[in-house]
Amino acid sequence: MDATQLLVTLAGVAAIAWVNWYFFVAGRGAPAAIATAPTGPQEVPIVVDGGYAPASVAVQSGRPVRLLFDRRDNGSCTEEVVLPEFGIRRFLPTGKVTAVEFTPRRKGTFAFTCGMGMIRGKLIVR
Amino acid sequence: MPDSATIDVSGMTCAACSARVERALKRAPGVTDAHVNLVTAQAMVGFDPAATSPDQLAAVVRATGYGAEVPLPDRTAEEELDQRDSARAREETELRRKALMSLAAAVLTMLFSMPLAHGAGPGALVDPAVRLMQPLSHALESVAPWLYRLPGDALRWLLLLLTVPVVFWAGRHFYTRAWAAFRHRSADMNTLIAVGTGAAFLFSLATTVAPGWFRSRAVPPDVYYEAVVWIIALILLGNFFEARAKGRTSGAIRRLMGLKPATARVRRNGQDRDLPIAQVVAGDEILIRPGERIPVDGTVLEGTTAVDESMLTGEPLPVTRGPGDSVIGATVNGTGAIRMRAARVGRDTVLSRIIALVREAQGSRAPVQQLADRVSAVFVPVVISIAIAAAVLWFDLGPDPRGLHALVSAVTVLIIACPCAMGLAVPTAVMVGTGRGAELGVLIKGGAALQRAGEATVVVLDKTGTITEGRPAVTAVVPSSEFRVPSATSFELGTRNSELAILRAAASLEVLSEHPIAAAIVRAARERGIDPPAATGFAALPGHGVTGMVDGVSVAVGNPRLLEPLGIPAATDLVDRAAGLEEGGATVAWVVIGGSVAGLIGVADPVRPSSAGAVQSLRAMGLEVVMLTGDRPRAAERVGREIGVDRVVAELLPEAKLAEVRRLQAEGQVVAMAGDGLNDAPALAQSDVGIAMGTGTDVAMESGQITLMRGDLRGVRDAIALSRSTMRVIRQNLFWALIYNVIGIPVAAGALYPILGLRLSPAMAAAAMAFSSVSVVSNSLRLRKAVSKE
Repeated sequence: MDATQLLVTLAGVAAIAWVNWYFFVAGRGAPAAIATAPTGPQEVPIVVDGGYAPASVAVQSGRPVRLLFDRRDNGSCTEEVVLPEFGIRRFLPTGKVTAVEFTPRRKGTFAFTCGMGMIRGKLIVR
Repeated sequence: MPDSATIDVSGMTCAACSARVERALKRAPGVTDAHVNLVTAQAMVGFDPAATSPDQLAAVVRATGYGAEVPLPDRTAEEELDQRDSARAREETELRRKALMSLAAAVLTMLFSMPLAHGAGPGALVDPAVRLMQPLSHALESVAPWLYRLPGDALRWLLLLLTVPVVFWAGRHFYTRAWAAFRHRSADMNTLIAVGTGAAFLFSLATTVAPGWFRSRAVPPDVYYEAVVWIIALILLGNFFEARAKGRTSGAIRRLMGLKPATARVRRNGQDRDLPIAQVVAGDEILIRPGERIPVDGTVLEGTTAVDESMLTGEPLPVTRGPGDSVIGATVNGTGAIRMRAARVGRDTVLSRIIALVREAQGSRAPVQQLADRVSAVFVPVVISIAIAAAVLWFDLGPDPRGLHALVSAVTVLIIACPCAMGLAVPTAVMVGTGRGAELGVLIKGGAALQRAGEATVVVLDKTGTITEGRPAVTAVVPSSEFRVPSATSFELGTRNSELAILRAAASLEVLSEHPIAAAIVRAARERGIDPPAATGFAALPGHGVTGMVDGVSVAVGNPRLLEPLGIPAATDLVDRAAGLEEGGATVAWVVIGGSVAGLIGVADPVRPSSAGAVQSLRAMGLEVVMLTGDRPRAAERVGREIGVDRVVAELLPEAKLAEVRRLQAEGQVVAMAGDGLNDAPALAQSDVGIAMGTGTDVAMESGQITLMRGDLRGVRDAIALSRSTMRVIRQNLFWALIYNVIGIPVAAGALYPILGLRLSPAMAAAAMAFSSVSVVSNSLRLRKAVSKE
């Protein structure tokens, strides 16, 4: 193995490590957006633009939740949002804010994902 | 009770703007709390509904100089579908245009690349596509020899010129979306395409601009413009077909929505007027002419007609509907004009509830999807890692020029990997399957119910209301041999037929009674065209029967105990018949006319004509069919034999039905149970799949995991057959999506090269990838025709 090969190999290993760190590890500690409305539905605006921002949302159980999905991109990947545990699959028109309403009755962590489950967000019910 | 509202605010450009709007709102009367978000351009306001309203709050915002709109609380299903359809149509047009342009560019790049490949690039020997192209290249050379005389550098610049619009216009969204996803630490199909084509394009750009630099390092200045253009063209083409196919998955719900009539002819203030359907309220009197669609749910007031309910219940034969009968909105009136009273309108109609239920089901997830989800969540980063690893291996171990081989194999891996097929495998099948169910009159609550029903091994049927009609009917009218129709007065004018005379006399009394058996007798009389005259001197003897005068003749109807106090001996020839009828599960009513026994009427809950056939097909599907009933064993056995069930369990109280279901489950069976939800609710809830039998308008849609609009056993068969077909398609899709990637990715990485000397070109990878996701959606679309309607 010559020096170039060694260099390329090391660069490859580093690249693989970085990819896995970036996608799997780095985002984990991101704080959850907390719905703070004292009365009425707990509203959380979520920007949809190739992903969800915030990707982690905390709400209280037993009170109605209104997630406001503001879709900015026009890729077909994000055109639907799915909350499987709540039986919701909603189409999000580009350039509009779509409200998704439900009342969580159970505590726990639930997913909200795109129609194919590739882009994910977390709903923490406390 | 405080309320809250969201107001869309437009025109805000900075934090100062939103602060200003917020202050104005907080000062407004009745406002308890206000928060304005600049990013979402929305104000969220808590307010006292007694003091103000969302519209007034919008006016407050407008007064500050910004635009304000109160958004509709929620979109209706129809609006959502319209939005989806128009978005889909736009996407299709755009994809078609881009795909066609890219394909044209791809053909040109192929032509201009041939002279370059002539000089044998690195891929030439191993790439089957290049080998296939060789005869074409020779043909091209004889047609346009000047092309082959152009210097390589000129050809490369020409190719760059062709590639730039494809990358920066047609394929632009791959890069922008990949970048957007990347910023959110997520990765999708766009990431793979963007990285793959981006790497190939940038490398080619470098060799085009500075070929000398590469030559001096013994690397041929090859370009991969052809691959870049073909990848983008083929993926766009695949996306176009996929968008078209996906549009069809919601076809069933679209058809259901199309059933809603736009107007209704309503009588208001003594005048018939055509009103938009939204203005019809419960209690309205509506005229429906022959051939028209019934606008809302209600009851027939006047007129008799045959109604085609097939679009909702799957029942192919029209059903007769007359005064007092319920009719369902969206069904089609036959040849008679009817007048009806609206009972349920808007969201409460059966049709609206079906649509809501199907939509919810389509949003749900089948447990089987967990596998796909787990793979999808890690898919793209893992594929990128594999691509890097492949590049490194080619560089370290591969033949020269190593750098080029490394690049090509990494690009091929990125392009062949198809996360879309995985993501589409389950949802598209659930979507089409539940939609098809609605067409068949089978409402499936969601993916979990679908999966469970597909796995069922035993079908438990409650007898009453499931195997039988669930409402007693006259099964026999037996006149005594001694009975003569009284020749007196109008009694004789009613009818001379002794059977009809008995029925007519009995119905005249029973029309005043409320017993379910009485209702059966009256209905039987009416069905035979008899209009029972009103009896006089009616008296009910509780536990015995009823007596009265019909056309001046004394009549009594009841059980044998009624005869004793009247001092009438039971006609001997009828005692045996009565015993026989009772044996068969019927209740016998004795009819006394003019002081002597005229005959008897047998009333029983008749077995539905379709039950035997349905049980037979359930058994043919390999299911064990068990009948549960509270009836006496002999009557139960007789019904069981008649319809051919495997096993009959009789004399069960509701709790015992529950125990029986538990017992079967303990044996390891997956139990699907069908019942009307009345006396079998606990057992239905305990079963793995509860199938609720609906009867027209009184559909208890929420009670079962599957609800049958048409209350007969053919629906049970359809539900299980459809669930099995859907699960089969899901498994095929998942298998295909997994196996495609499991085989495709290593082959693209060059796993076959050391053995067969074979590797894929990036363009071939793009074709495979495009085909794989289209094939999954197409496979799901096959379910549109699953389970034929009869």
